[in-house]
Amino acid sequence: MTPNQIVFLVLAFIAVMASAGVVVFGANAVRSALFLVLNFFVLGFIYFTLGAQLLGITQIMVYAGAIMVLFLFVIMMLQLHHGPQLKKYQDAKRPLAWLIGLGIFCLVFTQVIQKLSMTSQSPVTDEYGTPKAVGLVLYSTYSWPFEVTSVLLLIGVVGSILLAKRRI
Amino acid sequence: MSQWIEDIAKGKDAVLFGIHMYGPGVLALIKVLLLLIPALILVPGLIWWERRLLSWMQDRIGPNRTGTITVPDNFPIKGLRGKKQRTAGLLQPIADGLKLFLKEDITPASIDRKVYFLAPAIALFPAFAIGGTLPWGSAYLPFGDAVGGIYSLLTPVANVDIGILYVLAISSLGVYGVVLAGYSSNNKYSLMGGLRSSAQLISYELAMGTALASIVLASGSLRMTDMVRVQEQALWGVLPAVQNWFVLTPFGLVGAVIFLICMIAETNRAPFDLPEAENELIAGYHTEYSSMKFAVFFMGEYAAMFFFSGVFAAVFLGGYNLLPLNYEYLATHGWNFLGQDMGGFWRGMAWFNYWAGPAIFVGKCVVGITFFIWLRATLPRLRYDQLMGLGWKTLLPLGISNLIIVGLWIVATKLWGIGGGWAAWAAAAAVLVIIYLNIASLSKKDEMAFGGRSVEMKDPSPRRTVKMVDPNKV
Repeated sequence: MTPNQIVFLVLAFIAVMASAGVVVFGANAVRSALFLVLNFFVLGFIYFTLGAQLLGITQIMVYAGAIMVLFLFVIMMLQLHHGPQLKKYQDAKRPLAWLIGLGIFCLVFTQVIQKLSMTSQSPVTDEYGTPKAVGLVLYSTYSWPFEVTSVLLLIGVVGSILLAKRRI
Repeated sequence: MSQWIEDIAKGKDAVLFGIHMYGPGVLALIKVLLLLIPALILVPGLIWWERRLLSWMQDRIGPNRTGTITVPDNFPIKGLRGKKQRTAGLLQPIADGLKLFLKEDITPASIDRKVYFLAPAIALFPAFAIGGTLPWGSAYLPFGDAVGGIYSLLTPVANVDIGILYVLAISSLGVYGVVLAGYSSNNKYSLMGGLRSSAQLISYELAMGTALASIVLASGSLRMTDMVRVQEQALWGVLPAVQNWFVLTPFGLVGAVIFLICMIAETNRAPFDLPEAENELIAGYHTEYSSMKFAVFFMGEYAAMFFFSGVFAAVFLGGYNLLPLNYEYLATHGWNFLGQDMGGFWRGMAWFNYWAGPAIFVGKCVVGITFFIWLRATLPRLRYDQLMGLGWKTLLPLGISNLIIVGLWIVATKLWGIGGGWAAWAAAAAVLVIIYLNIASLSKKDEMAFGGRSVEMKDPSPRRTVKMVDPNKV
């Protein structure tokens, strides 16, 4: 195993465990949100290992730093306490969920493990994900989708103001 | 020895103390320790400085006793026996720290235990991590554009392409410690503090981002080292003897004021300390924390103040430069004073500026913290709606218009040269001020139509008149 692979596997393990923590360990909404924060944070580091600095830091800044804070804010405002849970002992959904989950896992695993065992180094250059490289591509080749996205965001802003304000 | 001094004077790569021989791992460790250890050492000093300065500003004495050393009576030198040496209370923070560590650690009964214990650690991490891209010494040797010398090896910890974005990202993570502490304590006041903190941080982060974005546009780089380097160029592009510190440029001044206000809001300091407002929320998010865990929050706050001041110094105040003067230009363009050739003096100053860089940088951080303390002693806490109004209605529009004007200035400079650029800047600023005044007058009319917030008293005369009592007749 090369150092690159070890770094990736450690980060991937944390990310997978965190994303499992979002839905599997307990039913506390705040803890789930926290696991999601951890997942986003580690995902940023996986982007770093791929040389995508701008994408990684944006991931941490926007998702881990801003959106999840709002999520936590809402969860705490609503005071979502999980009440006593009723357990169904004979539920066909449980084994079915295990089966489908395992099936998808095997499917993805068999596809990924081959590529992963062959790859020892990320194929990208150092300049691949720097702000300069991303900016050059974004404002030349992909300027049309970029502008359309900005219009979409503008519509989102106007829409949220319309929904939130009763009187304008 | 003399050879060594000569090497220092010439800034040869030989003067690297063998540091360049280490591998990247050891070098990274040295870099991190060189950043963290001074911060950790300075934190008690800063606490002492805050208490003494506050007490001075509030006309009190403050802690001035701890640390008085009395020479014992059996001391060998007779003249010194019984003499006292005062240290102006410098050991007070150490005594406080010891007390905090030895106090009983109370854990409330119905808390979310794991999150409760994790919260102080989460609060401490971003406070120290912010300094990761701060350059505290010049990577460039004086007289020439060559990268070299000892500081190019030691600082910053990571000279990444996304330096300033890293600062923004890490500072946005700073809210988690506060929010989780507030949530896990299972206390209404704590929760209120946490909620206030998250709302406050999100509001001021945007304005901070716009302030930094205008500087990114002006300097053309996201790297912190490049941002400092750009500030060493000629002021406004016309005065080569003076450095172009961004706080000296008009758009930089606006950005600096916005960043300064947002910086105070992000570190939850007075007058933005709503998350821990004593008179409303007891102690806010750390009400239920005692002993060591409270000390960790305390330390995190001071470390965040220290590193945010460092960011401010690097982005707006010319980083590790003592004065906004271009010594290299002054040395080479022979400015004679009273018939004396001052070239040697300016050369000496350039080398002093280079070698004293770290001390100057720390000095600027301390000046920043002094400003924090000064504000705390001067301004009363903002009301919650005032806080939100300041963030969203004042700082954010100001920051965005500043960003637009900087863009215009850059385009105009490219089209019509330096003079045209500044003319375009002035015209755009004037247009924006006129628009603002019009909008402000509109909203004033609006306020009058709805009556505003003021209440008119039917009987404006005072309800109770104070009787003056002559103390001599009682």
